[in-house]
Formats: sequence, structure tokens, C-alpha cells
Amino acid sequence: MADTSFTRMWNGEAIPLERAARMHLDKFLSSIVEGVARGWRLSSLFAQEACDGEGLELVALLAEDARAALHVGIGHVSGSAFPSITPLCPQAHLFEREIHEQSGLIPEGHPWLKPVRFAAPWIGNTGASASPRPSIGHAEFYSVEGDEIHEVAVGPVHAGVIEPGHFRFQCHGEKVFHLEIMLGYQHRGIEEAMRGGPHRATLRQMEAIAGDTSIAHTWAYCQNIEAMASIHVPPRALVVRGMALELERLANHTGDLGALAGDVGFLPTMSFCGRLRGDFLNMSAVLCGSRFGRNLLTPGGARFDCDARATADLQNRLEEAERDVRQAISLLWTTPSVQGRFENTGTVSRKDCVDLGMVGVAARSCGVEVDVRSTHPTGIYQFTTIPLATAHYGDVNSRAFVRWLEIERSLVFLRERLRTLPQGEIGAAPAPLAPNTLAASLVEGWRGEVCHVAITDASGRFARYKITDPSFHNWPGLAMALRGQEISDFPLCNKSFNLSYCGVDL
Amino acid sequence: MTYFFDTVLHIALLLAAPPLFLGVINKTKAFFAGRVGPPLLQVYFDLFKLFRKDLVLSRTTTWVFLAGPVAGVVTALGAGLLVPFGNHAAPLSFAGDVLLLAYLMAMGRFLTAAAALDTGSSFEGMGAAREVTFSSLAEPAVFLGFVALARVSSSLSLTPMLAGLDAGHLAILVLIAGAWFLVLLAENCRIPFDDPNTHLELTMIHEVMVLDHSGPGFGMVLYGAAVKLFVMAALVLDVALPLDSGHTLGNWVLFVAGMAILSVAIGVIESTMARVRLVTVPKLLVCACLLSAFAVVMLVRP
Repeated sequence: MADTSFTRMWNGEAIPLERAARMHLDKFLSSIVEGVARGWRLSSLFAQEACDGEGLELVALLAEDARAALHVGIGHVSGSAFPSITPLCPQAHLFEREIHEQSGLIPEGHPWLKPVRFAAPWIGNTGASASPRPSIGHAEFYSVEGDEIHEVAVGPVHAGVIEPGHFRFQCHGEKVFHLEIMLGYQHRGIEEAMRGGPHRATLRQMEAIAGDTSIAHTWAYCQNIEAMASIHVPPRALVVRGMALELERLANHTGDLGALAGDVGFLPTMSFCGRLRGDFLNMSAVLCGSRFGRNLLTPGGARFDCDARATADLQNRLEEAERDVRQAISLLWTTPSVQGRFENTGTVSRKDCVDLGMVGVAARSCGVEVDVRSTHPTGIYQFTTIPLATAHYGDVNSRAFVRWLEIERSLVFLRERLRTLPQGEIGAAPAPLAPNTLAASLVEGWRGEVCHVAITDASGRFARYKITDPSFHNWPGLAMALRGQEISDFPLCNKSFNLSYCGVDL
Repeated sequence: MTYFFDTVLHIALLLAAPPLFLGVINKTKAFFAGRVGPPLLQVYFDLFKLFRKDLVLSRTTTWVFLAGPVAGVVTALGAGLLVPFGNHAAPLSFAGDVLLLAYLMAMGRFLTAAAALDTGSSFEGMGAAREVTFSSLAEPAVFLGFVALARVSSSLSLTPMLAGLDAGHLAILVLIAGAWFLVLLAENCRIPFDDPNTHLELTMIHEVMVLDHSGPGFGMVLYGAAVKLFVMAALVLDVALPLDSGHTLGNWVLFVAGMAILSVAIGVIESTMARVRLVTVPKLLVCACLLSAFAVVMLVRP
């Protein structure tokens, strides 16, 4: 099978910008549709100011899981519109809305065109200053008409201490016909702030894109910098990064399983997992002094070493936590009332999952084998693979069970890494970024694929930095999971995805 | 003299004990979760705190909104005067008081639901719809139980029906106790029907109806709910534990011990079970109706 006209590259690789395939817009768009049709995933699609200063161009990054390859292409947009590919390729739905929001370009024929967030356009010269800034929280929602239909609006302020987001349900009695999710309440303008970077605050900002995915986002950023500056990360640092990422996964997966138990009112697992999450967070603190892995990663390696004392401490803590976590979580699979709630709730079909380009735990629970650690390995995962965990029903139970399998596998990985920690340096000297370069980096965070694409200008500063959190791919999946469900099951479904709001809001 | 003593003790228990009953449930749940948990008297502290607070009223509400909490307390206390606590006569007893009990409970529910609808909130409307749907299924279970007991005692008054039941009708009593225990859990938003501790407004049944109440109004809602739980627990206990120690004071000790066991039992159920899916709630309530119906059938047989 011949490749499309896109340029092939690898995860964590930087290529000179002139090597990236440039093509006519029609060819560009049809190549995306063609690529997705043969099973590639749209990892990123964004607009940027054209390098020659004339108008805007679109950049697409497609992931081909079977061959560990990434495909990048650039298409030039002349004028203020381009034909939407969402009707042919639903994965592009949110990306096109985001392009519309950021640059003012209009994807013609988009079935539900409205901005993703409430920010004014900032890319290109689209006459943005003339148009009024959109007011926060005001948007049109898809609505169902009828005497017996009622609409339920939830948020952006919620009863629990969670992030702000607005959910609009179209219900018939208890049954949900349609759910529309509106985010953007936490927009901080991270991508905009990255222009002309890296700045002094950039690393801190990367750690705070989504506070619970600190390591994964920072890793993706560091990997881009290292690729563009040709820095080789020493093996010991790679292992420390891997351990930090798996600890982050353990803490969040354990917390999620506890919260799932809490949502169905099952107290034992809820209480114990709440504590165990803290135990895993404390292990991150042993590694670097921060429970959320802040300040651990830096371009070139890691900032804190895992010395003999920390290694022994971690081994002890891991052993204890493993015993407790096994006990607490096994209750979920042996208690009939919990299984009765988890099974057949919030099912996403495998077809919907593939069509929407879902990633991470949510996709693997539909039996789709996507895991950057296995399919596009970088760092320590090139030398030691973590077996990919899948389930097959796509319901809450599958999403919970995939989490448990991943907890088990991460524990094994951590034990092994602590036993065989390589000697040597933990950091390499920084170097300036290569000018006119494009780098792409995928990291499997605990939610799924974190994708960062960096493009430098002629002076080696960022011309564009695109961040795609796994939640961006998965929020539409949650909306699909609710179709035909009881509205009372929404909190449980929501928790089983546990997506990031700020990761989408950026 | 004994009657006077019994009445005073009955009213004192009815007024003061319900928050403690909740405290025992919460302590049991904390024990199972490996926590110390809130103090036994926490609900009293909460009530005290709420009654000292200001009342915030939504502009869309009318007097109906405040009638809800008031009716909640009054109807629950009224019901408490009719139900015998253990093997003692209730303070108020007359032929047909069983009907008054049923209507008092229904009126409390009606006004709570009306207060919820008065806010115009989609959540509370949803909660009210759920509450009345499930209650309409719970009522037959209660009534069929009363039919069976009326037949056993040949009376339409609660005191002869419940106080000093003859343990000879063991099978019938077990069936009714089972049915009423299910109703008790359903009507008082306990797991597996509802989760009293959840913050997830979309999943709530009872709690979502009272979201807009604050301060003293909310205090009355909490107190009314505690009294309702206590009275229904006493109702279940009368059937489940028809013991007579032969001595007034002994019977009161039996009653208090029985209530303590019942509250621990509720706590244990909440600690070891998840809530069922909302669509399963009617099935459980139909089960309760069937249990009561079988009790009636067993009596009709000869």
C-alpha cells in the first residue's frame, strides 16, 4: 500500500520544516481522510501563520499505530475558509472547531460549528480585533423539541470539588437522548503564551496544563526540546521518567477506582483507595519532593536522582501499597451489587470509539489497541514494554477493569526498574533549538495519548506549539456513552472516563 | 401511672432520639471504612448549627416552599405519636388510626414534593418525579402489611395491631418485617435505593428535592427526615421483634436495644453494598409488595 503524500517521521523526532510535505489544501484534506480511512488516527490538526507570511496553513499529524509511524503534512489555506472534513472523518470535529476558534477560519460544511472555548482568535490576521470577544458561557446548544422532552443543565459550578464544565442533557423522563458538553471555563492561553518561547515559565506551564498529568505533559515537552536541540538523555534519567509516569498512573487509576466505588455508594473500596492514592502520590514525593511530580523533569533528563535510600524506601512502600490495593480493588470484582452497576452502563461501541479517534483507557476498554507505550515507544519503553491491557465491552466495568490491569502492570514495571536502575548521569547539558524545525512527541499519560507538536521559526524560537490532551479526543466519547442511558448514571459514566477540563481548556 | 410514664418516655424518645439513630448508622459506616468517623452526636451539632443560621430564599419560591420542611417535621412527629414503640401503647390510639398514619406520611411526601416543584429547578422536578414514582410502589407494601396485621389482631388501630404481637404468626411477621424493612430503606434514601451521602445531584432521589433549603429550613428537613426514619424503624421493629419481657421498663430496654441493632444493621448494609441502578428500584419495591401480599395470602388460606 502506497503511503499518502504526508511525510513519515517517528515519535520524538524532529525534522527540518522544509522536509515536511507541503501540498495543495484539497490534497492535504483528502490525505487526512484517506489516512484515517486506513486506520490512522488524527493526533493533531491545527492552524498556524504560514512560514512565508502569506495567510494561514493547516498542519496535521496522523499516528499509524501498526508501524509506529507518524505522518505529518501541511496544507496552505487561501482565503478565510476551507472545506470541512468532519462529515467524512468525525475525528476532525473538535479540531476544526478549535481551528475556527483560534484563527477565525471557517470550516465550510461543518455540521456543528461553534468555538470550543470562549477566547478571541489569536492566530493570523483575521480581523479578530474587530469582532467582539465572545462572552463566557453563552453558546447555542443542540436541542430536542417535544412536549415530553425536558432539558437539564448541569454546571459550570458543580456540587463536588471538581473542575468547571457545562453539560446540557436532552431527556425524555429519565432517558438521555443527547448530551452536549461545553468546556472552556479555564482557558489560560497556554498555546498563545508559547509563541516566541521557550520562556522561563514554559516548563512550569507544561506541568500545569493538566495538574494530574504533570509528568506526561512535561515529558512530551522535554522530548520535543531534546529532539530539536539534539540532546541525548542518559539512560538513568529515562528510567526515572518512566517510574514517575507510572507512579502518576498508579495514583490516578487507584483514585479513579475509589471514586467509581464512591459513585455507586460502595464505601469500603472508596475509603481505602482514597488513602492508597495518597500513598502513591507520596512515592512521587520520595522521588522529587512533590506529590504531583512537579519540578522532576527538565529538558535533558531529570532534576532529581533516585539514590539508594530512595530506592529502598520506594521498594518498601510499593510492596505495602500493592498488598492493600489488591485487597481494596478485588472487592469491586467480587461484589455483585457493584458489578450490577458497572456492567452495561455507559457503553461505547468499538465503531464509535474508532470513528471518534478515542485514546487511552477509554479506547482500550473498547478493545482498540492504542497505547503509545507499546505502539510508539520512546524512552525507557523502547527497552522494556508494558503489556497492553484491553477489555471488550466498552462499558464502565471495562474502563474500570482496564485501569486495574494497568495498575498491576505498572507495579511490575516499577519493581523491575527499581531493581535494575542503571548507573550514570541523570541529565544532559541544554542546547539551543534548531531553527525551522518541526518536532512531534507522543506520551501515554494515564488518561491516554498526550500529543505535543512544536514548530520553530528562523531564530530557533517557537512559532507554534500545539498541545493535545487525551481528553480532547475522549469528551465526545462520553457524550456518545450517555445516549439512551439513564440520566442518573451520568456521574458514574463521567467518572469512568474521568477526563480533564483544563487539559482541553488550555 | 404506667401509662403516664410510658407516654412521657415515648414522646421524649420521639423528640430526642432520631438524630442519635442516624449517628449510630454513620458510626457503623465509618467503622467499616476504617475511619474514626463523625462523633455519635454529630447530627445534633449539625442541627444546632443550622438553626442558628440565616434562611436564604429563592425569589421564585412561594409559601409552598417553606410548607415542605414544616410538613416534614409535623407529619413525622404526628406519625410518631401513633406508632407504638415496642410493647407499649402509643400515646394516641383510636380505631382507624392506621389510616391517619398512612395519610400523614403521604401528606409529608406531597408537601415535600410540592416544595421541590415550587423552586422551578429541573433537578428538583426530577427528584420529585422519582420520589412519588417510588413511593407509589412502596405504599402497597405498607398497606398489604397492615391488612395482614389487621386480620391477625382483628383491629384497625395501631396499638393492638403492633404492640404485643403474638409470635405464633411467625411466618407472617417475618414476611411483613422483610417488606417493611425494604420500604424503610427506600423511603429514607438509604443504600441500596439511594445514597444519603452523595453530592451527585443527578443520581439523588430524596436529597435532590431539598437542595434549595438552607439554614433553619434545612435543619427542619434534616430533623424531619431523622424522625421519619426513627418512626419507620420502630414500625419495623414492632413486627420483627414482638417480644414481651413482662415488665414495662424491660420492654423499653428491649425497644432501645432493638433500635440500636436495627441502626447497626442499616449501617452494615450501606457499608457492604453498592446502590442499585435507578431502573432496578421499582423491581425491589415490587418484591416488598410481594412479600406483604404473601403475608395476606397466608392468612386468607384457612
